[in-house]
Amino acid sequence: MKLWLAKQRYLIDFTLASLARRKTRNLGLLLVYTLLVFMLASVTLYTHALRQEAARVLAASPEVIVQRMVAGRHDLIPPGYMEKIGRIRGVQKMEGRLWGYYYDAVTKANYTFMVPAGNPPAAGEIVVGPALERSRGLAKDNGISFRSYSGKLHTFIVADVLPQASELVSADLVLMSEQNFRAFFDYPVGHYTDIALSVANPQEVRNVAVKLGAALPDARPILRDEVLRTYASIYDWREGIVLALLSAAILAFGILAWEKASGLSAEEKREIGILKAIGWETGDVIKMKFWEGLLISLTAFLAGFVAAYVHVFHFAASLFEPVLKGWAVLYPRFQLTPHIDGLQVATLFFFTVVPYAAAVLVPIWKAAITDPDSVMRS
Amino acid sequence: MIELSGIRKAFNQGHDNEYWALDGIDLSIEAKKVTALRGPSGSGKTTLLTIVGCLARPTEGRVRLLGEDISGLPERFLTEIRRKRFGFIFQQFNLIKGLSALDNIILPAYPTGRPRRELLERAEELLAGLKLGHRRHAKVEWLSGGEQQRVAICRALINDPELVIADEPTANLDTHLSREFMGILEGLADQGRTILLTSHDPLVVESDVVQRVIDMRDGKLIDEH
Ligand SMILES: Nc1ncnc2c1ncn2[C@@H]1O[C@H](COP(=O)(O)OP(=O)(O)OP(=O)(O)O)[C@@H](O)[C@H]1O
Ligand SMILES: [Mg+2]
Repeated sequence: MKLWLAKQRYLIDFTLASLARRKTRNLGLLLVYTLLVFMLASVTLYTHALRQEAARVLAASPEVIVQRMVAGRHDLIPPGYMEKIGRIRGVQKMEGRLWGYYYDAVTKANYTFMVPAGNPPAAGEIVVGPALERSRGLAKDNGISFRSYSGKLHTFIVADVLPQASELVSADLVLMSEQNFRAFFDYPVGHYTDIALSVANPQEVRNVAVKLGAALPDARPILRDEVLRTYASIYDWREGIVLALLSAAILAFGILAWEKASGLSAEEKREIGILKAIGWETGDVIKMKFWEGLLISLTAFLAGFVAAYVHVFHFAASLFEPVLKGWAVLYPRFQLTPHIDGLQVATLFFFTVVPYAAAVLVPIWKAAITDPDSVMRS
Repeated sequence: MIELSGIRKAFNQGHDNEYWALDGIDLSIEAKKVTALRGPSGSGKTTLLTIVGCLARPTEGRVRLLGEDISGLPERFLTEIRRKRFGFIFQQFNLIKGLSALDNIILPAYPTGRPRRELLERAEELLAGLKLGHRRHAKVEWLSGGEQQRVAICRALINDPELVIADEPTANLDTHLSREFMGILEGLADQGRTILLTSHDPLVVESDVVQRVIDMRDGKLIDEH
């Protein structure tokens, strides 16, 4: 056992020495390899975290949202509408919601104005999302004016700034009281934007939707599960695009690895011959090269993965942001919750390290099993 | 020490360019003696060395080491024999570029797993014996031809072999260095090692150190002195 360990140490020593001897080539390879792992890991970490984030946000949203449709367009909920829903069984809680979009000419961005369900801000006060805090330089107790669509200027005091927690969705939020909201948008009394329904039993959700359709033919129920699925497929689709772009890079890397491997240089072949001639076993030679491949690929994998982690969770994936995130003009610059999925890491490992190891070992093995008598010539 | 009987070696057997480099060699190499193979280029000297040194297998015939038939042994055992019993000095030295003299010398001992300190001590001793101690940390590609050969000799001796095999050891050396080499060879012979070498160099084959000269031609032994 001790002997075995000593042998492995010698093999690793020699491997490190031979890596150092071919510094430029190995560094170049390491760089390309690391970059590849970095890109792949960034995409997977990022989309995974986004999906998680969306799921987390939606988990807190109502099971069903009812919108009214007029001529195929989303319209206001008129008075008396809610009473009809009240009679549907399975609906535990129901509330009319008020929200709308506001285009801010100063930042050229859209904000979501909204009246929160529980304890809304006092009259004349607003609570803003972190994106607004940044783009308009707002802080608690500042005053801010918005010109309403009717042309009147409304001034509010910032009572608070929302926490970062679910920034993906709340970044561009502006929360205000019901009177302020109705006054700002000239929203008719008794009308709502949509209706949120809580359904206690998940199995009932579909039934409720069917009954809604019967009772209110002009209503469109939006189920939370469907939204979740839509989100997921949007992220899948975007991830797909980026991965398709990356596959070109993967291909290039594959060619590089194969080139390095099959183009085992004359120098390397000669060295393998020498080592065998002076008493190294075929197995020793292969092990040495195995350590070499493992060192390169593990280093690249670790470096690439750590870099991707930092990129995604500390720099908010700034390289991919435009492709992978929402359409909103005002990008929420949010911090994703760091999350690593074991299976995901394993998959990534499998697709980057294993092909390399295989590509490198096959030609080495071929060179290592030949008779060493060629070292006597040349 | 080593007995060869009926050795034949073919290259590219079964192809159009089939060539018999050795054609029926019967030879006994005696222990603790210096034996030289001599002959024109292409006569099969190097090929014979690769067979004695277990670097290649004969196409036909038997090789016996200390009475034991080793021609049928699996690769792994041949490697072990090479490592434990033989030391090689190649014509091109065959050192590993980028490594220091010391690192090159201890390379054949890696598979034995002997402690590094012990190996380095032994390597230093060997280098000092060949008056090369001051160059121990130099990368081998910076060394002169003669220095490189002395490093190669040290490497051949690190596992303390009984048989030292040298192919054309003076082919890359000038007269002065060749004489020095013969001095080193004498030292090895005095330590009781068996030595087998090939050479056309009169300075080698006519030297007093060489006790036995075998002439070869066309893959056969033709004469002996
Ligand atoms: N791998 C090989 N394939 C084909 N022919 C070979 C091979 N190796 C050696 N030969 C041939 O075998 C013959 C003997 O070669 P060998 O190297 O043993 O000669 P040598 O006596 O050492 O010559 P020199 O004095 O030039 O070194 C030569 O004709 C050579 O061309
Ligand atoms: Mg020769």
